[in-house]
Amino acid sequence: MAKGIWVFAEQREGKVKKVTYELLSSGRKIADQTGEELCAVLLGKGVAGLAEGLGEYGADKVYVAESDQLADYTTDGYTKVLADLIKDHQPSAVLLGCTITGRDLAARVAQRVGAGLMTDCTALELADGQLNFTRPIYAGKAFVKAASPEARPVMATVRPNVLSVDAPQAGRKAEVVNVPVNLAAGDIRQIIKDVVRQISTRPELTEADVIVSGGRGMKGPENFKVLEELADVLGAAVGASRAAVDAGWIAQSFQVGQTGKTVSPVLYIACGISGAIQHLAGMGSSKCIVAINKDPEANIFKVADYGIVGDLFEVVPIFAEECKKLQA
Amino acid sequence: MNIVVLLKQTFDTEAKIALDAGGQINRQGVSLIINPYDEFAVEEALRLKEKNGGEVTVVSAGPPEAQDALRQALAMGADKAVHITDPALDGADEYTAAAVLAKALEGLQCDLVLAGWRAVDDGSAQVAVRVAEILGLPQVNVVTRLEVADGKAVATRDIEGGSEVVEVPLPAVITAQKGLNEPRYPSMKGIMQAKKKPMQKLSLGDLGLDAGQAAPKVKALSYSLPSARSAGKIVPGEVAEAACELARLLREEAKII
Repeated sequence: MAKGIWVFAEQREGKVKKVTYELLSSGRKIADQTGEELCAVLLGKGVAGLAEGLGEYGADKVYVAESDQLADYTTDGYTKVLADLIKDHQPSAVLLGCTITGRDLAARVAQRVGAGLMTDCTALELADGQLNFTRPIYAGKAFVKAASPEARPVMATVRPNVLSVDAPQAGRKAEVVNVPVNLAAGDIRQIIKDVVRQISTRPELTEADVIVSGGRGMKGPENFKVLEELADVLGAAVGASRAAVDAGWIAQSFQVGQTGKTVSPVLYIACGISGAIQHLAGMGSSKCIVAINKDPEANIFKVADYGIVGDLFEVVPIFAEECKKLQA
Repeated sequence: MNIVVLLKQTFDTEAKIALDAGGQINRQGVSLIINPYDEFAVEEALRLKEKNGGEVTVVSAGPPEAQDALRQALAMGADKAVHITDPALDGADEYTAAAVLAKALEGLQCDLVLAGWRAVDDGSAQVAVRVAEILGLPQVNVVTRLEVADGKAVATRDIEGGSEVVEVPLPAVITAQKGLNEPRYPSMKGIMQAKKKPMQKLSLGDLGLDAGQAAPKVKALSYSLPSARSAGKIVPGEVAEAACELARLLREEAKII
């Protein structure tokens, strides 16, 4: 019988993604209820040192697969190692973060092991021994609760920043199992030719606790500086509406909404954003929404917890200055 | 080169979502479009065809009305369409959809499969990847730039905090991200021509599948709508005063900064 709750421990350049700890915290609670082991699966090169931390966050066991061929994420390399492990050990559930990598890997692995997969989940519950997952559809305009009643493992990717992280227990140890990597030449068809990273000291949009976002009211690319200054005071990420992206003022990777990223920060500050239905879908699950807009009739005010009717170019700098003072 | 585009018909992104009396997503009166990400895939296929020759086939699995989306892709310039439609596909999950599409693709000689990286309805981003796995093809997802030459695809894809350039041998499955191109509108001539282009209709039986072989793994248990947010407070006062008050409220009342 399938047994074990597994978490894919995503790391990039030797740093474990926060969503991994979120999954371990929720996975721990499920494993305690079902009496199963909680296992983390760590793939990469020179990553064995990360296993300890995974134990402190709740893993009973950490499978570590290390190889030069796993230094960069490739669909083929990671799929083979993870799918082989799943076939060998038959876990009952496999959870991944719904990141670019998690999405790419989960779907391929799910097909290879014959599993159902629920993606971008925002809640999970154990009910009558069955894991149920809730996931947004229509970019958050509705939710579906779903399950994989028969096929094992149950697979799911969970949206970062939604599940809470429990405090790590210092000194809690996981059993480390080293996994031999058998990748032949030709197993990996993806050749990574180049990686370009935008140098940014700000957090990832989907992982940020605070997002400062700009829309049509920004009037031009040069004005995003105003938002960046506020973002740096708050340790926030910068986002944008489709209007600002389509105008060419900011790169598409900053877009929040139905054809961009879906985010759920603690605080979302919408500056000069009218609040089109597609944008609201992408940020409507934020815990607190602040709207700053000249137009008192703007849709965004209907969902905002706090609003200021005024020119963002006047409001934002004063607000940033005041935040700085309060934090001092 | 011959290109297949996987295409899904979705609700318009403007659509408001409601539940019907049975607790299901209400489809009544909703306007339907080509999934916007799939439209990028169609456009990219047409550009590659214009450059390299060959044929573009659009393939969709969906209800009878999905043929409108296929017809629109034909009007944009695709050469032929395959529409898999069968009442047995009600309640299909990504596993089912992929099984059916992959079966349809087996019969088509193609050098490249393009699709949107996700659909704007279920947002699950699985079907193209599952098709790639079934057919044993390499995949590159969320692609914003694509070059195809010498039996290889070189694709720039989004990664967190940047992008990477990945090369794969053809045939391959490539999924489109916004930014790949600007899709064209069908011309009047295109719309007229589309009416005469071949649209093959297939049932599961035509594909040699029975419903059991493609039975879904995932079952939807219930649907719900997000709790409506209500408008909060407008911070009163002159701009400077309101901005300072907002900072105070976020710190002392909401306790989040």
